[in-house]
Amino acid sequence: MASSTTTAEAALAPEEQDVSPWRQQLTFVGRSLQRDRSGIFGLVLFLIILLSAIFAPQISPHDPLEQNLRLAKQPPVWMEGGSWDYPLGTDNLGRDLLSRIIYGTRVSMTVGFFGVMIAGGIGLLIGLVSGYAGGRVDNIIMTGVNILLALPYLLFVVFIAALLGRNLLNVILIFGITDSPIFVRISRGQVLRLREAGYVEAARSLGSQGARILFRHILPNLIGPLIIVATFEMSAMIFYEAGLGFLGLSVPPSVPSWGNMLAGGRKYLTSQPWIATFPGVAIMLTALAMNLVGDWLRDALDPRSRKR
Amino acid sequence: MQKYILSRLGQSILILVGVLILVFFMLRLTGDPVALLIPREASPETVAEFRKSMGLDRPLPLQFVEFVRHAIVGDFGNSFRYRTDALTLILDRLPATIELATVSLALALAVAIPLGLIGGSNPGSRWDAVARALGLLGQSIPNFWLALLLIIVFAVELRWLPSFGRDSWKSVILPAFALGMTPMGQLVRLTRAAVLDIRSTDYIRTAYSKGLPSRLVYSRHVLRNAAIPLISVLGIQFGYLLGGSIYIETIFSWPGIGNLIAEAIGVRDFTLVQAVAVFSSVVVVILNLFTDIAYAMIDPRIRYG
Repeated sequence: MASSTTTAEAALAPEEQDVSPWRQQLTFVGRSLQRDRSGIFGLVLFLIILLSAIFAPQISPHDPLEQNLRLAKQPPVWMEGGSWDYPLGTDNLGRDLLSRIIYGTRVSMTVGFFGVMIAGGIGLLIGLVSGYAGGRVDNIIMTGVNILLALPYLLFVVFIAALLGRNLLNVILIFGITDSPIFVRISRGQVLRLREAGYVEAARSLGSQGARILFRHILPNLIGPLIIVATFEMSAMIFYEAGLGFLGLSVPPSVPSWGNMLAGGRKYLTSQPWIATFPGVAIMLTALAMNLVGDWLRDALDPRSRKR
Repeated sequence: MQKYILSRLGQSILILVGVLILVFFMLRLTGDPVALLIPREASPETVAEFRKSMGLDRPLPLQFVEFVRHAIVGDFGNSFRYRTDALTLILDRLPATIELATVSLALALAVAIPLGLIGGSNPGSRWDAVARALGLLGQSIPNFWLALLLIIVFAVELRWLPSFGRDSWKSVILPAFALGMTPMGQLVRLTRAAVLDIRSTDYIRTAYSKGLPSRLVYSRHVLRNAAIPLISVLGIQFGYLLGGSIYIETIFSWPGIGNLIAEAIGVRDFTLVQAVAVFSSVVVVILNLFTDIAYAMIDPRIRYG
């Protein structure tokens, strides 16, 4: 009980201790990780995936594009006929599956990261305006947001992707724009809540002006909820990108991406099931890592869920 | 209550207008819709004639009015591929999609509700661990990949269930399971969280302290209150499922709306894609409206909130 009152006090009075509010949020999140084993697991898994994306050329045993028809459709090492040269086997063109999966993290991470950055950037900006301005501006923006959120999301993404054609930038832009309403809603809600918070009131009565209140008091407290949503949305985008690839609507077929690999492996489901299995494992592990990290961040940053 | 229904109805109509605007401009987003709607090898005369017959030579606002006028009565023009009315094509595929959506949601509910209840009532127990794992898995497994795995195991290796078509009651099992996994995970998480929340409320403590047996506490208080968030999610999920799953239906060759969209996209039949987009938006909006009204009937706080 004693410890929970001190955290509550610390959260209520960020001004009293002479630490930047950004820094304070960070220490708090870091401390909560020590108690969350699945959070640690998720974070480690995520770092491994991130590092494989960055160092793909260094750690891949083969060139992901190199074809070798003589070595096509080799099973993974633990099955009969497999070898350590191709630990996860090869696809129908004799390309190394492990190397292609490692390179595939690049596409997924790029789409996930930049998609979320764009969606978060647009969403934060519009959400701040909407929440801070209020009134008619707020009404118009929120009507638009609600329209977009009521749409069958995936169908529209597929529709736009089919119209625009296969290329990485298109895919990122599609996700970045169509996903922004979620961020608008979150940021606006937080601004509305924080605008009336006791400490913002206090800062205002001490003479703080709009921009200072927005950046020093509202923004630091808004980043938490945004990051939580961002992790879940990033995992969703990685899903959707793979799904688009599976339909042949994401990056060009020559690019090693998990969705393209799944689409290619589908034809060999009955004879060489591993070709379609491993890219799926990669997608699942990535989504799992992001969701675990998201759960941990939510527990750490959202006081309402902390009681669990 | 009446006022609430009216305002929600107004919102729904507004959303549908937004959908029409979006669909209309999306086709024009890429430049000339004619290039998308007719084959590339068509002669310039054919193109000009088509442009005229579709009214594409007229000013944009006029085109939009025309588009809305037709869309309202369900006329989206003929599918380029099938050369028949797009809406008829969709309605033909609807029963298969409804069947798949119903079975997968039923499956999801049958697993999620008991598991969420047990997990939420005994946090930290073994069943709770199962519930949490399932919640996480449902969120992390892409359904198109799960579909492939199910085919490998149950159709190719074990040969228990068919992997494609819609011939017997057995055909629906694999696609329904693949499609139901995500909602199943979501519903487990939701039920568990709701039960956890409700367990620590004052009215549950009161119910126990006045000597109500556990069975009655659950049936009268816990279940009823946990049902509230579930209903809204169920409505939304069902709405999305009725739009047809592009992935699951193509993988299992299920003759539903999702399969129709995939085909239409494959041959760039955008009249049909447009029609499906409007159709499933309408379904989602109507189901959302009903859910909200049902929700307001159950929970008076929403009406006045």
